[in-house]
Amino acid sequence: MASLNVNIGKLAMSNPVMTASGTFGYGLEFQDFIDLTKIGGIIVKGTTLLPREGNPYPRMAETPMGMLNAVGLQNKGVHYFVEHIYPQIKDIQTNMIVNVSGSQVEDYAETAGIINELENIPAIELNISCPNVKQGGMAFGVSAHGAAEVVSAVRKVYDKTLIVKLSPNVTDITEIARAAEASGADSVSLINTLLGMAIDAEKRKPILSTVTGGMSGAAVKPVALRMVWQVAKAVKIPVIGLGGIMNWKDAVEFLLAGATAVQIGTANFIDPTVTVKVADGINAYLERHGYSSVNDIIGALEV
Amino acid sequence: MKKYILDLTVAENIRLHANYVLLKLTQAAPLPEMLPGQFAEVRVDDSPTTFLRRPISINYVDRELNEVWFLIQLVGDGTRKLATLQKGNTVNVILPLGNGFSIPEPSDKKILLIGGGVGTAPMLYLGKELFKKGYKPVFLLGARSKSDLLLLEWFKSFGEVFVTTEDGSMGEKGYVTQHTLLRENQFGMIYACGPKPMMVAVAKYAKEKDISCEVSLENTMACGIGACLCCVEKTNEGHVCVCKEGPVFNIKKLLWQV
Repeated sequence: MASLNVNIGKLAMSNPVMTASGTFGYGLEFQDFIDLTKIGGIIVKGTTLLPREGNPYPRMAETPMGMLNAVGLQNKGVHYFVEHIYPQIKDIQTNMIVNVSGSQVEDYAETAGIINELENIPAIELNISCPNVKQGGMAFGVSAHGAAEVVSAVRKVYDKTLIVKLSPNVTDITEIARAAEASGADSVSLINTLLGMAIDAEKRKPILSTVTGGMSGAAVKPVALRMVWQVAKAVKIPVIGLGGIMNWKDAVEFLLAGATAVQIGTANFIDPTVTVKVADGINAYLERHGYSSVNDIIGALEV
Repeated sequence: MKKYILDLTVAENIRLHANYVLLKLTQAAPLPEMLPGQFAEVRVDDSPTTFLRRPISINYVDRELNEVWFLIQLVGDGTRKLATLQKGNTVNVILPLGNGFSIPEPSDKKILLIGGGVGTAPMLYLGKELFKKGYKPVFLLGARSKSDLLLLEWFKSFGEVFVTTEDGSMGEKGYVTQHTLLRENQFGMIYACGPKPMMVAVAKYAKEKDISCEVSLENTMACGIGACLCCVEKTNEGHVCVCKEGPVFNIKKLLWQV
């Protein structure tokens, strides 16, 4: 068995496999299928200061090798999370990480400050890249200035591991990544969904209630891989790669491109056990190639 | 209820009609407990345009033969691929998902089961379970035309069957909610599954007559287990996942304008 241990800031993980926010509920939904402790880190559903109803139905469109979603950060708010959900997940023996979203800087900071007090939440992932909410969300993620503003504000009130999730819907993602790093982020995760659209030609109508939505799934992998490679070269903090990872081989590609860890998202919908299979597959790959640690292949791409 | 990911074997795949197959799956071990109204997420292999699993309601469970049946309407590439499965092939399914219909304690209540199109599927298993409880359920099944009414002999083995067709080729012409049965009887409970306009019309009838009514929704889904929040329906408790809180809802919970 090779060592799969990796570190993201102060966060120590038993393997580099995490779940992507919004694709794994609070972890509890998957307990019938897998041992959650075998996942390096579980990033739970996006949480905002106040409850959000999310966007109207329909919120999903299947696309070739992928899907679009327009959920719109439906959640019951951070206070509900603290009172009702945290007690259910705090004893799961892996890193339980909360994805934090907002529509203004003060909301992000207040939410992060509240979660900072939760003993068994060792990290947050700041979502500055949701394409499905009208104000805010992605607005912060599309400019270096916006990213710096929100990351700095959260850094002041949050002293554990701070991951910043980046949007691919920008001209130069490395610029945003550098701004996050300079503002105190411990890590960046990328990519969030790509802005897309689906049309029902027969009805001459958009399929999603919001017209546009976030694209994910196998189809986005080449874009994600390219961006992870670019960002890994541009920053010194660890990069978490995600976007279209369906199996261990995809995950290894992200590690070679420079990601210290990976997140698995949409693939959970097709195979709820995929996370564990990916962790096992990475180990088998390392053994087959004679590596003793996963750290040996991070950024080991030979160009 | 515990959910399982299973590799089941095709026992039979019967082409009932140009647009429907009846897929019967089995395995060596006894199949898990499943309730009428619950569904499975079926993985479709070797169909490049099919990315997600297909949510398909449980049509029938045969405990003696250890089979679970799925009545599948061929709508797109995924369901067409499922129609090509041969006896002995393996199909990966996640089941049982969602909540089933409520089965009332034995009483003299007259129970009506309404199914429209492929929405007749869960009514067969529900009819069987009600029959086992001592009820004589009444089925009212609607379709475009005679050839679209499937498995009628099976329905007849559990209760009385009435039909409507849009072209009048069998039973009364028109929609299920126009059937004389509804004018001449006082039912104590109604279950319905079918196209949304049909279920809304049924819900309206049930509300007017003050009859308890449960409907099964089929909002577009991705995960099927309440993780992605895509298949939501607006209820008196806000947006809830049809896959997890449903697919069966009492109409009192829904915000339909009925």
